[in-house]
Amino acid sequence: MLRKLFAAASIAGVVAMAVPALAASTQAPLKDDVHWSFESPLGMYDQVQLQRGFKVYKEVCAACHSLNLVAFRNLGDPGGPFWNAKYPNPNENPVIKAIAKDYQVADVDTDSGDAIKRPATSADYFTPPFANIYAARAANGGAAPPDMSLLAAAREGGARYIYSLVTGDGTEAPAGLTIPAGKYYDPWLSGDVSSYYKGDPHKTPVGSFIAMPPPLVDDRVSFDDGTKATVKQEAADVSAFLQWASDPKMEERKQMGVSVMIFLVLFSGILYASYRQIWRNVGH
Amino acid sequence: MDGPADPGRRDFIHIVATAAGIGGIAAVAWPLIDQMNPAADTLAVASTEFDMAKVALGQQVVIIWRKQPVFVRHRTPVEIAKARADDNAPMKDPATDASRVKAGHEEWLVVLASCTHLGCIPTFAQGDYGGWLCPCHGSQYDLSARIRKGPAPLNLVLPDYAFIGPTKVKIG
Amino acid sequence: MSDHPSTYQPGTAIERWLDPRLPIIRFGADLMSFPTPRNLNYWYTFGGILAFCLGVQIVTGIVLAMHYDPSGTGAFLSVQRGIMRDINYGWLIRSLHANGASMFFVAVYLHILRGLYYGSYKAPREVLWLLGCVIYLLMMATAFMGYVLPWGQMSFWGAKVITSLFGAFPLIGKPLTALLWGGYSVDDPTLNRFFSLHYLLPFVIAAVVGLHIWALHVPGNANPTGVEVKSKADTLPFHPYYTVKDLFAVSVFMILFAVFVFYMPEALGKVDNQVMADPLKTPAHIVPEWYLLPFYAILRAIPDKLTGVLALAGAIGMLFILPWLDTSKVRSMRYRPTYRLFFVIWIVACAALGWCGSQEPDGQIINGLAGPVLIDYDINSVTWLSRIAAMYYFAYFLVITPILGLTETPLPVPDSLYTPVLSHPAGVPAGAAAAPETKG
Repeated sequence: MLRKLFAAASIAGVVAMAVPALAASTQAPLKDDVHWSFESPLGMYDQVQLQRGFKVYKEVCAACHSLNLVAFRNLGDPGGPFWNAKYPNPNENPVIKAIAKDYQVADVDTDSGDAIKRPATSADYFTPPFANIYAARAANGGAAPPDMSLLAAAREGGARYIYSLVTGDGTEAPAGLTIPAGKYYDPWLSGDVSSYYKGDPHKTPVGSFIAMPPPLVDDRVSFDDGTKATVKQEAADVSAFLQWASDPKMEERKQMGVSVMIFLVLFSGILYASYRQIWRNVGH
Repeated sequence: MDGPADPGRRDFIHIVATAAGIGGIAAVAWPLIDQMNPAADTLAVASTEFDMAKVALGQQVVIIWRKQPVFVRHRTPVEIAKARADDNAPMKDPATDASRVKAGHEEWLVVLASCTHLGCIPTFAQGDYGGWLCPCHGSQYDLSARIRKGPAPLNLVLPDYAFIGPTKVKIG
Repeated sequence: MSDHPSTYQPGTAIERWLDPRLPIIRFGADLMSFPTPRNLNYWYTFGGILAFCLGVQIVTGIVLAMHYDPSGTGAFLSVQRGIMRDINYGWLIRSLHANGASMFFVAVYLHILRGLYYGSYKAPREVLWLLGCVIYLLMMATAFMGYVLPWGQMSFWGAKVITSLFGAFPLIGKPLTALLWGGYSVDDPTLNRFFSLHYLLPFVIAAVVGLHIWALHVPGNANPTGVEVKSKADTLPFHPYYTVKDLFAVSVFMILFAVFVFYMPEALGKVDNQVMADPLKTPAHIVPEWYLLPFYAILRAIPDKLTGVLALAGAIGMLFILPWLDTSKVRSMRYRPTYRLFFVIWIVACAALGWCGSQEPDGQIINGLAGPVLIDYDINSVTWLSRIAAMYYFAYFLVITPILGLTETPLPVPDSLYTPVLSHPAGVPAGAAAAPETKG
């Protein structure tokens, strides 16, 4: 019996060394060369960064990516890029009203019944670039660009993932990797490129092919606060903006958390003292 | 065993605990109640702006404000005079015409199109007072939308509004 | 109602008037004065914590239902645009409800572990235990349906996978699934009925909890020694001794709850659920919420679909039949060191099953090692670890528990649950003659 066991174990060992690792979804480890102001338990958004990020979204991403869950007034909410304590009601914030007016939204003319376009108000939501998902797919080679309202929440790694993906888009293909036409190599997009790779199977490149061309170049956007618009800066700023878009209540949540934790710790202490007082001199 | 517990000290900690507990419950109760208040998207459409340039003299339009109908009437000088003449007539809810319009814009009457009896929408140019008649139970309003006859208790309600341009108003 | 006669005396005139008409104050006073063993440790506070959790879920749930739209087109928006962004404190109430569900299961698992360890399920408390199993089953159904409501990718696909299981039954499988779905797949009708049932079941749970507490008060609480209450001296009135202890435990529990709600609200969820349900696009990994993972692992471990479903039901069923599987005369594992060892291994097996449920079936346990393939899967795979852990899970109940109860030699059990500490006999410090039970 023991001999059979030994034989089986040695066969297993030989097989283990010969068989390559099973092909599976791979992804490069996320970049950590950026400090995110909101990552720590007490971290908040950097409002100026959110403004720069909004500009990148508006001038670069909005051409293809919708932001359906965000209304113009949300930009003026506490914690948002254009929050101004002088205008606690963001609908009255002149900056918000000005941003909204630049957009056209679909509406109906109540006199004639015709479909018209009118300038947006603060109450309106960001208009999607495509009428529906089929138009989005048709205009983008079959792959609809995802809505960005919850993108940072819908991907492991959040802002860090978006930053890595966007700066990694268009990475030069390692030797042996053939990139299919119309696509770009991105080590941070999770996937399996083994069928496009000829080379050492143990050195299969990580990542996948993305349909989006590298969206950012240096000085693609000019920042109002004069910050140098490198690709890294633009990517970090738009990632922070998208993190805000997916979690606009983060600041309120963390601030409330501080009060609640302090109360609960004190309250637990008081209750413990009460418990000890009641159980004094009682055998148990 | 220690000596008998100090009754004052024994009660104090329990009182503190109870008070802290009640404070905690109140702090928790507030969000549970406040969530029923109008949400941010409802508040965003709390005000409506309207350009009255399209409303010709003697004409009235019905616009929507906070999902309710509002009459915007461009009154003729004859209508204004008739309304003013009745300022001191006996009525259920006395009000002068001047108090129901904005100074310098007396030709514009902006009122909620909801009869103060049970809420039906009155029709214009009916009834004995030249104003509105409510088809449901016969309430009659004059050219200043004041209740003159019928079961309605109050004049048609004036919403909060202000002129933000020569012909533009912001209601709400 | 129980063998404990009521000692309540109506005080005020109103009480004297009400008592013969509807003795509700007597009912409350009897609950508060209920003689409870004086040696209950903190493991016994999870019942109170669970009642707190049920209250939180019901209150936050009713509030969320004011803003939720149970239609396929509106559900995701009503949660992500309405509740999370526009409704005042909507984000907080939703986070309390979603994380509250996880906290509910943390508490129920610790409550069940306590029952297993101290033999609380043994005679005469079998019905109390069965009612608890029913509550657990209702909790799982409620949580499963609740997770579908936000109509994210994981909501939809998790619902599709689990409801499809009913198709495994021969003959009735397909019509039964169509009945559950209300259509040809998980769709609007399914969502609507899940919403209705999700609103209903917590009140059914509350009713069964009422029965559970009634069933507890007939024999009275068990205690860590497993020795029954012999006299009044063994007990203390529930109020104020255990009300304050339970309140303190709830307060500490709330600290853990608050850490999740305010600092890691999505940590226990899946990112895929932040994407609206798409019937045409399957997510890479479909996984249920963490508290259902062990059962998911057992289901997937078995190659045949129907047997897998029966194994899933059997795994839950083991809890129901436990009082009749345990042959030991000794209740508490404090005095059953051998059984305790197997119990710890069982807990490890459950944890392993939970981990396996979160992994891909062909994931490797030891990276880079490839072994022989047995029944479709490599021995060094998540599936085989699930199989081994599942085999131990069933063996623990069906083999180890009955056999060990008869063959084990337990430690000596004390005569009574409480031996008073002698107070200052000359020269002997207080506490010298403490009760012989070891802590455990």
